[in-house]
Amino acid sequence: MNDRIEKRIELKAPISRVWRAITDYREFGEWFRVKLEGPFVPGQVSRGQITYPGYEHIKWQAIVQSMEPERLFSFTWHHSVEPDADIFKEPTTLVEFRLEKAEAGTLLTLTESGFENLPDAIRLESFRRNDGGWTEQMKNIEAYVAQKP
Amino acid sequence: MSRRNPDRKTAARRGQAPVFAALGDETRLSLLSKLSSGQPRSISELTHGSRLTRQAITKHLRVLQRAKIVRCSRSGRESLFEFNPQPIEELRSYLDLVSEQWDQTLTRLKSFVEN
Repeated sequence: MNDRIEKRIELKAPISRVWRAITDYREFGEWFRVKLEGPFVPGQVSRGQITYPGYEHIKWQAIVQSMEPERLFSFTWHHSVEPDADIFKEPTTLVEFRLEKAEAGTLLTLTESGFENLPDAIRLESFRRNDGGWTEQMKNIEAYVAQKP
Repeated sequence: MSRRNPDRKTAARRGQAPVFAALGDETRLSLLSKLSSGQPRSISELTHGSRLTRQAITKHLRVLQRAKIVRCSRSGRESLFEFNPQPIEELRSYLDLVSEQWDQTLTRLKSFVEN
């Protein structure tokens, strides 16, 4: 099992366009579905309100880490669903957007790491919410047993 | 898998089960594979066939126990160790959830920059 999430996606747009989409706070807000209070500044907290339907009560809080033009944008954020969670007190994970030139335009590699920092409670909560856990596991066992009587 | 070993004090202060740290070790993984059948085993059984001493195996079992991946019960004078898959399942389930959310978010980014 991996302790990080990694996604690679090719975007049919020049690297400069993708860089703007991920680092201009208004553009970021459009696709990420968050209304941000102001621009991203390395070392500073970014605040806002999630606009994704059903999650509007959740505040966005992240600490911008790196902004290397057209190469790397990264921030840390927390995973608490408590409305009064504080980014400085919660354990965080690191989110990195890396950009490279690709034939079609831009190759974006997204990684999120540091899940070992998260407390049990958060994992447990999502585990209960997410029907995938034990129910799925039981089905796997059933299927396995059925195949090999 | 992370090879980093967060120090024990930090992990204890946060009150977390350091599942990744517990899994990032060959000996502990091999102990888990011995326990994965579901059958509770004693330290002697787990030490059998290993080059490690009983003390070393005990130390590794304690790490797994702290991460709640292994449960310990007593049978007479013996301690029996048993595999508990729940913390690993929780972690996998959470990573799946976050992973799925990123897929959706990146799909929105894709249409945002391509249109």
